[in-house]
Amino acid sequence: MSIATFLQVAANGLLLGGLYAAIAAGFSLVWGVLNIVNMLHGSVVVLGSYGAFFAWQRLGLNPFAAAVVIGPCVGVLGWFIQRFVIGRVISAPVLITLVMTFALDLVLNNGMLLAFTADYRKINGATGLAPLRIGTVVLPADRLIATVLAIAGTYTVHIYLHHSRLGRAIVAVRMDKETARLMGVKVERVYAITFALGLTMAGMAGCYLAVVYPISPLASGGYLGIAFTACVLGGLGSVIGAIAGGLLLGLVESFGALAIGSEYSLTVASTILILMLLVRPQGLVGRAGYE
Amino acid sequence: MTSLRDVLMPGRVLFVGGILILLVPLIPHGETYAMRLATQCALLAILAISWNLVGGLTGYPSFATAAFFGLGAYVGGVLQQMGLPWAIALLAAACAAALLAAPFGFTILRLRGHYFAIASLMLIAILREVTTGWASLTGGGMGLNVPGAASDPETTARFALQSMLGLSAVALASSAFVAKSWVGFGLSCIRMNETAAAGAGIDAALLKTLAFTLSSGLAGAAGAIYASWIGYIDPSDVYDVMWSVRPIVAVLIGGLGTVFGPVIGTLVYIALEEVLWRNILTFGTGALGLLIIALLFFLPSGILPSLRRRYRPA
Repeated sequence: MSIATFLQVAANGLLLGGLYAAIAAGFSLVWGVLNIVNMLHGSVVVLGSYGAFFAWQRLGLNPFAAAVVIGPCVGVLGWFIQRFVIGRVISAPVLITLVMTFALDLVLNNGMLLAFTADYRKINGATGLAPLRIGTVVLPADRLIATVLAIAGTYTVHIYLHHSRLGRAIVAVRMDKETARLMGVKVERVYAITFALGLTMAGMAGCYLAVVYPISPLASGGYLGIAFTACVLGGLGSVIGAIAGGLLLGLVESFGALAIGSEYSLTVASTILILMLLVRPQGLVGRAGYE
Repeated sequence: MTSLRDVLMPGRVLFVGGILILLVPLIPHGETYAMRLATQCALLAILAISWNLVGGLTGYPSFATAAFFGLGAYVGGVLQQMGLPWAIALLAAACAAALLAAPFGFTILRLRGHYFAIASLMLIAILREVTTGWASLTGGGMGLNVPGAASDPETTARFALQSMLGLSAVALASSAFVAKSWVGFGLSCIRMNETAAAGAGIDAALLKTLAFTLSSGLAGAAGAIYASWIGYIDPSDVYDVMWSVRPIVAVLIGGLGTVFGPVIGTLVYIALEEVLWRNILTFGTGALGLLIIALLFFLPSGILPSLRRRYRPA
């Protein structure tokens, strides 16, 4: 492999990885704080993509700008879901919460299939900027902006968690929910807000993805798989871990596709995931539950 | 302790299963719909009973049923296409599923909770991609035509129903046997408190792997029968995650960890499926989702345990 190819493949991997990080961050936050695996996550990402698509098609809005509005709208939906559906089974065994979020996913995904059909839609040339060239490496402008925004947005959440009152409360619940309750944190409210925040991040990730990938309800399963893998790679519940895991997954996929063909990309990712679960379940970054 | 009733139970189950099989030829000619429904019922019952061994009895939330179902379907299908007799293909499918399940289960059953669920879920994706990629053997995404047990569809359908009934009787009998034996006792201990169970001298790793292997072997055999019943399989059909979820829902309806709960749950589930969303085809899976949410809200412990609580106050 020449140096030029190596650099290009690495750049592709990082561009991909930034988007993966954005998909995984909200998922990881919800898992860490509420101790539920949100099977609904992939469909919410797709919902965000549709929001961006229709804002672009009907209102002529740029997807990157639309994300600021669409994300919080999806988040409000998440608040209601947590408050009235998931909240009722939140202390049940793992199997029950898994099946519950899976059922919600069936409803949302089938609803989208009905409303938007399975046809692939695409936003072409969101910005119309020329690709950026650094030496021999070519970086498509839309992808680059999407990735940079995705990582910046995710990092903002990390800062927010550490430097705001509510953010500290969320981190406190993640570390020890009973003690947090004793300290006067309203755990149920933190749950609902965290779920809303997680879905906001998923919706915004969906807006960025709409610029790069075709949009269809059928894509949700793949996004969920990416969220799983990046989250486990990086470490549960940690936003920085999700960024690390996402970037790493992007690189692995990029180089894996070069080495053994892109048709096995999911197999490579899944195998790494299972190995990772067995060898280092707390992820690459830090201890479980802490940041 | 083991009572005489518990010892006789598996025998009775097999006896009833045998009678049902003998009744199949009496179904009038042309009752295609009733036969299809009965076969689907028996198939879901097998998967539900098989899942209940791991998910209900042992308390490990497995999503791997679809993986072993799909593997069984492909092993059975490919061997039959090579010209091997039906019975050998079925046996090979069960063995292949069990042979994969033993080391895989031993490895991932060390994980708990969400981590186990995800690892088991990933196996579906891995097997689906490998099956799609290995096109020279499996036909890849184009799918695989499986020669049926007989040349005409009517005989094939009857034979499929009989095999499904037979296998569900075997599954139920072995599940009843396991539940009442020391293996089932150990599995219940693991479900309640694995650390304490291990401390009391129960070989948790061995028992969990046993349950997982038996469960997967049953799912694999069911897959092989499905393949020769349907006649055409492709990776997105047999490795569909719904093959994992429908049995879980059936068991949740009937009663987690009970012997007959999976069967009752299956009957209720299939009835609902027929009545409810045959009429709302476009929102079928969405309606299933709503049903699951309602189930978890209003009947969280399932039919059998709820009935027991009502009629046998402790």
